Amino acid sequence: MIPVLLGVSLIIFVLFNLVAGDPTAVLLGKNATARQMAELRETLGLNKSAFAQYLDVVKSAFTFDFGRSWATKQEITHMIRQGAYPSLCLSIPAFFLSTVFSLIISLFVAYYRGKGIDLFIRFLCIAGMSISALAYILFFQWFLAFKLGWFEISGFEFGFPDFVPYIALPAIIWILLSLGPDVRFFRTIILDEIYQDYVRTARAKGLSELTILMRHVLRNAMIPIITYVVIQLPFLILGALLLESFFSIPGLGGMTLNALNSSDFPVIKAMAILSSVMYIIFGLISDILYTVADPRVKLK
Amino acid sequence: MTSTSLLSVRNLVVEFQTGEGLVRAVNNVSFDIPAGKTIGIVGESGSGKSVTSLAVMGLLQKPAAKIPQGEIFFNGVDLLKCNDNQMRDLRGNQISMIFQEPMTSLNPVFKVGDQIAEAIRIHKNVSNRQAWDKAVHLMNLVGIPNPSASAHKYPHEMSGGQKQRVMIAMAISCDPKLLIADEPTTALDVTIQKQVLELMHKIQQELKMSMMFITHDLGVIGDIADDVVVMYRSNIVEKNNANAIFTEAHHPYTKGLLACRPKLGANPKRLLTVSDFMTEDGKEKQVPASRIEVYEKENFIDHGQKVLLEVKNLVTQFPIKGGIFGRTVDHFKAVNNVSFKLKKGQTLGLVGESGCGKTTLGRSILRLVEPSAGNIIYDGKDITNIGHEEMRLLRKKMQIIFQDPYSSLNPRMTVADILMEPLVIHNEGGNKNQRYNMARELLEKVGLNASQMNRYPHEFSGGQRQRICIARALMLRPEFVICDESVSALDVSIQAQVLNLLLDLQSEFGLTYVFISHDLSVVNFIADEVGVMNAGQIIEMDKASSIYKNAKEEYTRTLLSAIPKGETKRSLASLV
Repeated sequence: MIPVLLGVSLIIFVLFNLVAGDPTAVLLGKNATARQMAELRETLGLNKSAFAQYLDVVKSAFTFDFGRSWATKQEITHMIRQGAYPSLCLSIPAFFLSTVFSLIISLFVAYYRGKGIDLFIRFLCIAGMSISALAYILFFQWFLAFKLGWFEISGFEFGFPDFVPYIALPAIIWILLSLGPDVRFFRTIILDEIYQDYVRTARAKGLSELTILMRHVLRNAMIPIITYVVIQLPFLILGALLLESFFSIPGLGGMTLNALNSSDFPVIKAMAILSSVMYIIFGLISDILYTVADPRVKLK
Repeated sequence: MTSTSLLSVRNLVVEFQTGEGLVRAVNNVSFDIPAGKTIGIVGESGSGKSVTSLAVMGLLQKPAAKIPQGEIFFNGVDLLKCNDNQMRDLRGNQISMIFQEPMTSLNPVFKVGDQIAEAIRIHKNVSNRQAWDKAVHLMNLVGIPNPSASAHKYPHEMSGGQKQRVMIAMAISCDPKLLIADEPTTALDVTIQKQVLELMHKIQQELKMSMMFITHDLGVIGDIADDVVVMYRSNIVEKNNANAIFTEAHHPYTKGLLACRPKLGANPKRLLTVSDFMTEDGKEKQVPASRIEVYEKENFIDHGQKVLLEVKNLVTQFPIKGGIFGRTVDHFKAVNNVSFKLKKGQTLGLVGESGCGKTTLGRSILRLVEPSAGNIIYDGKDITNIGHEEMRLLRKKMQIIFQDPYSSLNPRMTVADILMEPLVIHNEGGNKNQRYNMARELLEKVGLNASQMNRYPHEFSGGQRQRICIARALMLRPEFVICDESVSALDVSIQAQVLNLLLDLQSEFGLTYVFISHDLSVVNFIADEVGVMNAGQIIEMDKASSIYKNAKEEYTRTLLSAIPKGETKRSLASLV
């Protein structure tokens, strides 16, 4: 895990030094004097050796101290802490519900595989996936929030239950967007298992189709499903770029978008490091869950 | 329906809806299984025997499978008229089934004890505790060592033979009246096969159940079946009691099945096959007298041929990892100090059970796994440490044919492409046309039709695919071929054809074989010299002509006694 983190910080360091060019020119604009630039270089620590600068990146990956934003001059750690709250308020319930719904629907269609209802739901999945996310957002915002007034159109308030009306609509859109691909993926995995020999054995025992599905098939299908779900978890913290910006939710997604627009490299770098760390942590968690779900896998 | 029959199948027809229309898999089949008796259903892959058993279980895949006609009476009730709930009550309770593949037939994520107990819980009104105790008791009954601890194991922690014992325990857990066994020993080594057969026979006697035993190998059921039904191309061609089948078979297909298994001590030059007894359209034909002559196994005639392969003190070991950093704590010697010499044109048979190191030895010789110590001398040259490129060139002369013809051919390549690929890799055989012609010629040599060049592997049967594998191995005109369990996945009737083919090709191209198998009768038929392997070592090596008579090692005698005897009660000559 530690070597991976070292490697990741090296890649981020090299990438940002190549892409960013001279940050002083970005910060001070075209009319900067050489003296101003030199002073800024000093304060930003750009005069240090490359190795020392790399060590700073590594240090930030372990301490989560990313310095200050160029644009807002705020502590980045503070910005992340503040942005994570609205992001998680939206992403955790939306992700949890979409996964549960997808699993229930895919078990349902697997039970009725090949029948009319299976075909119909598969058609709905494809149709739902074919429509752009933007269409959902604009239509629901206009129709459900503006016309019918069921939800807040945009914005956010801190504290439960004040945020609920603000995140309800983006969460519904999130769930609708995930159902298509998730149901299709889960259904394929479940059907793969249904044609295995051990299912035939279970039938020969006299078990009902429903018991076979819920007990024998689901337990085996959970192994790939866990990987698929856990690997998406880092994204929850990083926030939903599109939904947050359309609904003016002050989350990490919106923050990253702003940083990209204003070439706020310390923030982008911080988010890049944060996402790598999240990936590594959740990768480890999914490995551990694997051993719980599958007795054939042992942690070495 | 006779009054004593437990199961009575009447005029059963099963059809499958396929892309090419309706295919009749079972045609007008009728037979009875009396209470407490064992009936053997024998036939080759695709003859309809498994479909018949699945129809009895009500496990045919609907809606593809249709039963337009017939009745299946079990205890006087027509199973085909039962609804799903009634069938579920019977399945696993009154009728239970054991399948061919113990490796995949158990659920990998549940303890074996739970899997046995589950069957008991759903049919009997017992507590979880009682069901578990019964499961442990059953595991003891089927001879699994230390049953109370083994019940907590997962399937991957058990050997193939043990898993099949678990399947048997599961099948008999509710004291069924009828046990259907679909090729229960085909995936097992001969020694394990013998143990499992004995166990099934013992349990059938003790529980007084009826048994329907499905197999492609008549020899297997010789000792346990009361009656035998022979199926061929969806039809029953012969029904008789077991003794009569072995002594007075009527149908040419039955005669062919009886004759095609290699026998110790009675070696024909070529094995008889079903096609010696009947024509393509199922008519009986006279077996040419020359085909049924029985020879004493000939010794390899030494004309002073050069030694083609010499293996000296070969060791191949795999590291055993341990500790938190995955350090190598020890080595497992899969091949431990093996030496032998093989002359040009000679065949060495290597025989032993799964895990004895015979496959690793074969792969070490080709350096598909790297040996750790010792020398491999091929054609006078030590190839143990030669470079990658030099070894690649040498592989033109050294080929291997694998066990599983189903997974060792690329499903997305045509036969022509499969056969031409070795030529392309080694840049041999001239232009594309010349390569194509070479491939076609060889395809005909292995008994397939040149018109099949542009087909894909899935369009061929198992035996045909193994012929394609053989043709592929021979495309580069090798001198030396390793056959690694090359006939083990095939039906006995197909096995005989492929063994004959290997012998024909050997005499035509002057090939040298290393033939690896778990079945001593097969090895004994094809090899000049036989090496018996156990725990990574060759424990006994002798001429094929004498090893079965004068086996010195206890282990060799165990292997010999495991060969199914059924048909050895009779002599070959009486077949005609």
